[in-house]
Amino acid sequence: MLSLLWLIPVLPLAGFLLLALCGGRLSRQHIAWVGCGSVGAAAVTTALVAIDFFSLFPAREFYQQTSWNWIDTSGMTVGISWYLDALSLLMVAVITGIGFLIHLYSAEYMAHDDGYARFFAYMNLFVAAMLTLVLADNLLLLYLGWEGVGLCSYLLIGFWYREPEYGTAAQKAFIVTRIGDTALAIGLFILFTQFKTLSIQQVQSLATGAWPVGSNLAMIVAVLFLIGAVGKSAQLPLQVWLPDAMAGPTPVSALIHAATMVTAGVYLIARMHHLFELAPMVQEGIAVLGLVTLLLAATSALVQQDIKRVLAYSTMSQIGYMFLALGVGAWPAALFHFLTHSCFKALLFLAAGSVIHSLHHEQNIFKMGGLRRHLPWTFWTFLIGAAAMSGVPLITSGFYSKDWILWSVWSSPLSHRWIWFGALLGAMLTGLYSFRLIFRVFFGEVRTQPTGESGLAMRLPLVVLAFLALTVGFLEMPHTLGNVTLFSHYLSHALPTTALLPGMDESSEAREQLAVTVAALLGIGLAALLFLPGSLFGARGTDQSTTHPSMTLLQGGWGFDRLYDRLFVQPWFAITRNSSDMVDRGYEWLAVCAESCHGWLSHTQTGQVRWYAASIAVGTLMLLGLFAM
Amino acid sequence: MLSTPALVLAIILFGLGLIGLLSRRNILYMLLSLEIMLNAAALAFIAGGARWGQVDGEIMFLFILTLAAAEVSVALGIVLQLSHRFRTLDADAFCEMRG
Repeated sequence: MLSLLWLIPVLPLAGFLLLALCGGRLSRQHIAWVGCGSVGAAAVTTALVAIDFFSLFPAREFYQQTSWNWIDTSGMTVGISWYLDALSLLMVAVITGIGFLIHLYSAEYMAHDDGYARFFAYMNLFVAAMLTLVLADNLLLLYLGWEGVGLCSYLLIGFWYREPEYGTAAQKAFIVTRIGDTALAIGLFILFTQFKTLSIQQVQSLATGAWPVGSNLAMIVAVLFLIGAVGKSAQLPLQVWLPDAMAGPTPVSALIHAATMVTAGVYLIARMHHLFELAPMVQEGIAVLGLVTLLLAATSALVQQDIKRVLAYSTMSQIGYMFLALGVGAWPAALFHFLTHSCFKALLFLAAGSVIHSLHHEQNIFKMGGLRRHLPWTFWTFLIGAAAMSGVPLITSGFYSKDWILWSVWSSPLSHRWIWFGALLGAMLTGLYSFRLIFRVFFGEVRTQPTGESGLAMRLPLVVLAFLALTVGFLEMPHTLGNVTLFSHYLSHALPTTALLPGMDESSEAREQLAVTVAALLGIGLAALLFLPGSLFGARGTDQSTTHPSMTLLQGGWGFDRLYDRLFVQPWFAITRNSSDMVDRGYEWLAVCAESCHGWLSHTQTGQVRWYAASIAVGTLMLLGLFAM
Repeated sequence: MLSTPALVLAIILFGLGLIGLLSRRNILYMLLSLEIMLNAAALAFIAGGARWGQVDGEIMFLFILTLAAAEVSVALGIVLQLSHRFRTLDADAFCEMRG
C-alpha cells in the first residue's frame, strides 16, 4: 500500500482539473461531490499508506518513490519524487484530514455563491500543491508546491474579485510572501552550486560534512531559508499580509491561513533542521523573532473589531509559539503545537464562519452578542476552540502543546529566562483575547438577529474538530501528568529530541506548569472581568469609538502597514511617476527609432506591381553580386 | 559543349522577359513576360541536366510546366476580375490599397 503514495497529491489535482475543465457543466451537487470527494479519497489513501508505514515503522524510517523524471540535463537531475517519513506523514494527515472537513463545511457555506465550481477548483489545487510541498523529496519540487500554495492563496483571497479591496488584499499577500520566496530561491541556488544536488536528505548530509558549525555559508543559507519561512508563516517583519488575507471566504481562512499554508514555514525549518543546527545564531534569532511576533500579534488581537481579524492575529501569535519552539531546539514540541493548533484554529474559523453565516455576513463583534441561545452548536464548539487556544489545563489539547513549548523554553540550553517570561505573558494574553471574543459574541443582549443554526454539513466538521481539539493533546503528556510520550517517540525518528539543561527535574517542571496554568486562567478571568456584560467593568464594553492613539496603533498591528507604506510603497510610486526616468528614456528612443524607420519604409509601399518586381530584381542582383565576391 | 549556348540563350530570354515585365503597363503583356522568364529558367534546368547527364533537369522542367499552367489559370481569373472592376488593364491603376 505504500506504493500508493503518489496518489495522495494526484487525487486533488485530478479534482482540480475536472472542476476547472468542465465545472461549468456540472450541477452544484456534483461539484460538491467532486470537490470533497477528491480530498476525501486522498485522506483515505493517506490512512492506507499510514497503516502500512506503521506496520514497518521503527525498522524502516522512511519511504521514497520516484514517479518520473522532471528535469534531466547533464549535471542536474530532478525527479517528481516523494519522501515519506514521520514528519511528512504527520503533515499529510493534517492536510488531508482537516482539509476534507473544511471542504465538507464549504459545500454548505458556499452553497449560494456564483463561483461554486471555481471555489472548489482552487481549493483542490491548493490541497494538491500543499501535499506536493510536504511530500517533496527534493527542494525544487518543494519550491513548486511552495509557489503553488502561494498562487492558490492569492486566488482565494481575491475570490470575490468584484470588490477592488479584496483584489488589493490578494495582491498584498502575493507580493509580501514573494519577498520570502525570492530569498528561498537564492538559498536553493547557493545549495545547488555548493553540492550539485537538491535532494533534501543529500544536501543536509553533505552540508553537515562540509560546513563547520557557525560557518559563514551555513549562516547565509539558513538566513535565506528563514526569510522564506517568515514570509509564508506571517512572522515579523513580513507579517502584514495575514490580517488583510481575511478578505477571502471563511473556509479559505480556516484551511489556508490557519491550519496548513501558514505553517509551511514551520515545516520548512523542521525539515531543514540539520542546516539550522549548523547556524546556532540564526536559530537563536528564530526564537527571538517568534517571541516578538507572538507578543505583537497578541496585543493587536486584543483590540480588533472584526471577528476574523482577531483570529488572524491569534494565528500569527500561535505560529510565533511554534517558531519559538523551533528556535530553542524543541522540534517535536513545535510540531505538536502545529497539530493541536490546526485542530483548534480550523475549529475557531469554521465556528466564526457559522456565526457570520447566520448574521448575514456581519463581522464586527460589537454588533454581535447573545448568540449563546440562538446558536448552541456554534457556541459550544467555539468555546472548546477558545479554551484550547488559551490552554485551559488538563482537558484541552492546547494546554499540553503550549505547556510543552514553555517547558522546553524554560529548560533548553539554547534559551534565556526573559524569553520564557515573554512567552508566559503571551499565554496570558491568549486567554484574554480568546475569551474577549466569547463574551462579546455569545453573551449579553442580542444586537443582530441571527437566522438560526446552520445545517448538518457545517455542524459535523465543527463537532469532529471540537472532539479533536479536546483529545489530540492526550498523545503527549508531561512527566508530571501521566507521562505519555507517543508523539515524541513517533517523531524521534525524523527530528532530534529536545536537549535539557542539567538539574531539570519533575518538581521544577511542576512549578513551571503551575505558572503556565495560572497565566492562562488569569487571562480568562481578566477577560470575564473586563468584557462579560454585568461584571465589574463589563458595562463599558459597548464603547467602540475609542480613538486613543495607542488603540489605533494596536488596531493597525503596531503601524507596520504605515511604516512599509512610507518606506517602500510611496518612494516606489514616486520613482515610477517621474517621467524623466533614465530607463524610460532608453525605451522612448527605441520607440522613436522604430517609428521613423516605419515612416521611411512605408514610402516604398506604393501598391505598384512593377515597382515591386523591379525591387525584387535589383535585390536579387545585389545578393548574387555579394555571393560572387 | 552544347550547354553553354543554351545557357546564354536562357539568360537572354530571362533578360528580355524582365525588361518586358518592368516596361509594359498592360497586365496581359506582363503575364506574357513572366511566362518567358519561367521558360528561360526551365531551359537553364534542361541545359544543366544535359551537362551532367542527369534526369533531374527534365523533372524540374515538368514541375515548372505544371507551375506555369497553374499560375496562368489563377492569374487570368484575377485579370478578368480586375478588368471587370476597373475597366482597364493598366497595372499602375491597381494601387488603391498602397500595398
